[in-house]
Amino acid sequence: MPPVLLEARSLTKSFPGVRALKGVSLTVSRGEVVAVIGENGAGKSTLMKILAGVQTCDSGEIRIDGVPAPLQSVEEALGLGIALIHQELNLAQNLDVAANLFLGREPRRWGLIDSGRLRREAGQFLQAVGLDVSPDTRVGSLAIGQQQLVEIAKALSTQARVLIMDEPTSSLSAGEAENLFRVIDDLRARGVSIVYISHRLGEVTRLADRVVVLRDGENSGELARHEISHAAMVRLMVGRDLSQFYPHQPHARTETVLEVDGLRTPAHPTHPLTFQIRVGEMVGLAGLVGAGRTEVLLALFGVQPAVGGTLKIGGQPLCAQTPAQAIAAGLALVPEDRKREGLVLGMPVRENLSLASLRQDQRRGFRDTAREETLSAEMIQSLRIKTPNDRQVVQFLSGGNQQKVVIGKWLALKPKVLLLDEPTRGIDIGAKQEIYRLMEELADQGVAIVFASSEMEEILGMSDRVLVMHEGRITGELSRHQLSEEAILHLATGTASPESHP
Amino acid sequence: MKKLLGIFGLLLAVCLFATWASESFRSGYNIENLIRRTALFGVLGIGVTFVIVTGGIDLSIGSVICLVGCGLPWLLTVQHWSLPASLAAVMAVSVGIGLAHGLLITRLRLQPFIVTLCGLMLYRGVTRGFTADQTVGFADGYKGLRVLATGKIPVPGIQGFEIPAPWAVLVVVAIAAAIFLNRTIYGRYLLALGNNENAARYSGINTSRMIVLAYVLCSTLAGLGGVLFVLDVNSAQPVDFGNFYELYAIAAAVLGGCSLRGGEGSILGVIIGTALILVLRNVVTLVTNHSNIEFAIIGAVILAGVVTDELVKRYAIRRRAARELAQ
Repeated sequence: MPPVLLEARSLTKSFPGVRALKGVSLTVSRGEVVAVIGENGAGKSTLMKILAGVQTCDSGEIRIDGVPAPLQSVEEALGLGIALIHQELNLAQNLDVAANLFLGREPRRWGLIDSGRLRREAGQFLQAVGLDVSPDTRVGSLAIGQQQLVEIAKALSTQARVLIMDEPTSSLSAGEAENLFRVIDDLRARGVSIVYISHRLGEVTRLADRVVVLRDGENSGELARHEISHAAMVRLMVGRDLSQFYPHQPHARTETVLEVDGLRTPAHPTHPLTFQIRVGEMVGLAGLVGAGRTEVLLALFGVQPAVGGTLKIGGQPLCAQTPAQAIAAGLALVPEDRKREGLVLGMPVRENLSLASLRQDQRRGFRDTAREETLSAEMIQSLRIKTPNDRQVVQFLSGGNQQKVVIGKWLALKPKVLLLDEPTRGIDIGAKQEIYRLMEELADQGVAIVFASSEMEEILGMSDRVLVMHEGRITGELSRHQLSEEAILHLATGTASPESHP
Repeated sequence: MKKLLGIFGLLLAVCLFATWASESFRSGYNIENLIRRTALFGVLGIGVTFVIVTGGIDLSIGSVICLVGCGLPWLLTVQHWSLPASLAAVMAVSVGIGLAHGLLITRLRLQPFIVTLCGLMLYRGVTRGFTADQTVGFADGYKGLRVLATGKIPVPGIQGFEIPAPWAVLVVVAIAAAIFLNRTIYGRYLLALGNNENAARYSGINTSRMIVLAYVLCSTLAGLGGVLFVLDVNSAQPVDFGNFYELYAIAAAVLGGCSLRGGEGSILGVIIGTALILVLRNVVTLVTNHSNIEFAIIGAVILAGVVTDELVKRYAIRRRAARELAQ
């Protein structure tokens, strides 16, 4: 048994409105790949940020080589050999690879940058991660997968002994991901420890020596190498069997409410998309990051107007150039990033709930304040939004309750089609189930629901039908009885066998 | 609300100090004068509040005042236009300037700072051009119109003090502005988009149109201010008429509870803020006899105000976090 390198015991951390960690422990041995998995909001990211010194824990203990290490800053963590590779890459796109590798730690001579040494040393680290580019290459001109390797090389150049990787494959193609896995195997063989965060269970099975599962800010279990299986991981993540967690009932209706014919999004103008959505149907949009799911929703909603194609809602043609037109036609969108696009964070719950329906309820330009009040009271009650009162600034609500406010904003307008982009991102597991129930209720009432999700479990659990996208195209359509993780992944990576195309 | 009380308390304190320290401060003439100036500057402050609420800024207010304040007497006495035509022309120009600012900012996505900084230079330069830098004024004419700025409304039962007419103008503008900001859907749209423009757009609000409207309101009120200022002093010199007035307006708005990050603003606050700045200026002149340090005093007070505000905010956040941790 190799010696324990990093040990975290009973870490807790609270943010306004959420207790992100309620006593989480983690040990990492030398040369070990430990996968940390859990649903969104389980506390993975917070744990990693604490280990990397980005945030400090409220209580608990961290030991490195058995010595207590109160990590107060990123510099301190780096000094002890812990480096975090963020999900979003933190590279200066305008600088070359070598400059990025040693940003802030440039080798100097006479106070000036020693560029000869910089290039030499950069070259060594690039070789270590198997990246075959010149250190002079501008980072902005590299593919995402290559930039990821630059990040890893950068971490290695700090003499890191523990590399924490947060969803490293979220924007990689299948080939790039496979290359990354080889680099990880190689690092492991050289004694570097890796903490690997992912919700792609296939990758975890491929890579991990041990799996640590978090649920709702607590350790829900651990799996040794031989115990790792898909079912075991899901059980620990969700805390029960999937069929109980997702309240899905099939919705059998036949009238079409949304007809999309040859829709071309600004991001993928060469791939026209055609599909129909029926009344009360729940349709999942699956695909890898960058497959164009968000772009489809934004085009339907008029945020990034389509550059071609026709759209009919309830038989009426719609040419949505602005969200206002889409809303008037009966569409509503719960956007991907609720803090930036869904909510006016500095405003109270009531103002947020009424924002979209102010126009409909106006009296010659004046706000109908009585209506606003009853509306927000109704929504808080029917959606079970947990808030002291409707004057509470929405920023201070938990993620799940914030998401309910975003959904509640639309319900007064009685949309025909509700579009949701990552409906449960960053919210805890209890609230998640409430959001699912809410989607289910709306579908029962005849609202057509189209939701894009990166969470396989959610797509599998909630959809009547799934449209799978790959690089801007719809590569396949799966009805409920055809659904499986494998079938979706095949279509999503563009490696499907021809017969799975409808 | 607490912020409003705070700034109002500060105003009262400065007034009390001035009443005690200087006999000339409490003279009817001085008070009337202060109220008149507050009313005139208050109109500008209300205008810039709309822009600041959207998260923007308007640096061109002083130059719009110069353009309108010099343009009106120039049209009347040099070009011999009729009064209605001249008034219509200067107000149309003000509206047009706001429209141009708003469209440049929303359509071309230019930064408000740059657009209105160019406006600041442009409008004063143009005014100095067409007037050939000559002072323009009404001489003895247009007495009827000048009542709007110089007239007084007697208060029954009080001798030696009359309410200056611009105060009436301010009250009308302020009530209209407060109703617009707090009671109409458009006011709510402005506050929402100032807080988070994306979320407002995703909620079906035409954010570009609302931003243009804010700049139009600001320039229009600056134009109205320009008319009142020139009527008040009877003549205007293109070189420095309205110089730095935008800074008074912006400072008053910030003191009165606007955040330059957008999404916050209060009409009553900006009026109290205006009064505070003008009273401070008055006190510095009367008490120290060194009017040359007035800017230093005003600057220091505003800085102290925003620092206090920020510290109070941080304290509140920390207290909230501590409370939640305790739960």
